[in-house]
Amino acid sequence: MTDRNDRLERLLGPTGPDIGCEECFERLDEYVELELQGRDAEASVPGMRAHLDGCPACREEHESLHALLS
Amino acid sequence: MTVTSPVPVERNWVDSLKADGIERDDALADLHDLLLRAARFEIGRRRAALSHVRGEELEDLAVQAADDAMVAVLAKLDTYRGASRFTTWAYKFALLEAGVRVRRRAWQAREVVLEPESWPSFEDEGASVDRRHEAAELLAALQSAVRGALTPHQREVFTALALNEVPIDVLSERMGTTRGALYKTLHDARRKLRAELTATGHMEET
Repeated sequence: MTDRNDRLERLLGPTGPDIGCEECFERLDEYVELELQGRDAEASVPGMRAHLDGCPACREEHESLHALLS
Repeated sequence: MTVTSPVPVERNWVDSLKADGIERDDALADLHDLLLRAARFEIGRRRAALSHVRGEELEDLAVQAADDAMVAVLAKLDTYRGASRFTTWAYKFALLEAGVRVRRRAWQAREVVLEPESWPSFEDEGASVDRRHEAAELLAALQSAVRGALTPHQREVFTALALNEVPIDVLSERMGTTRGALYKTLHDARRKLRAELTATGHMEET
């Protein structure tokens, strides 16, 4: 059941607020620095996590900026 | 008397990049170095996608990405709000430019197919006959929703991005649009499909 749901969820993307690619890029630097400081980045940028879950390209950029600064 | 070393102060990048003469020249050169470092980092991370590409071409991609990121950073300098360190803010431009180049180069010779190449299987390994039947029903419902609930453009975008896993920057280039516009279309298509599958009892309401 879980595998099946996971596959469907991946295809249909996240539910809830999603900030979209433009705002994701606008606020990515702030979001990653908050994460690296151990602060609640999602509270400061609501909808960022849903977007990163739904957009592979933005997710890659998030992972790269995180890795570059770590 | 004790002599203490001066505490390093983070450079004021914005002022230096807006200054005249040698201060600006130095800041531009340092900014380009920083962007090139980030572009090389990104291309190195995505190297597996470009295993057929020679090292010289990879370096060219990094330099092009750094050059374009530099233009973007300078054009957007007045929008820098100080929400992060300047270097973090600048890095993201280089990572974006390099990432887009990697995805497009990796797909350079590949056709972008806007019809479903394969549908996901919702069958779990070792599932009972009933569960296999449910999985087949779910797949049929999804196929029906894609055909019936989406506009032709939404269908093409959902098929390419979600089913065929075409990178969004490759599709945006081929369709002559932007990543943001495509993602909005994908998001709307997903919402419609979710609503349709919920209405037909194949998903729970969220």
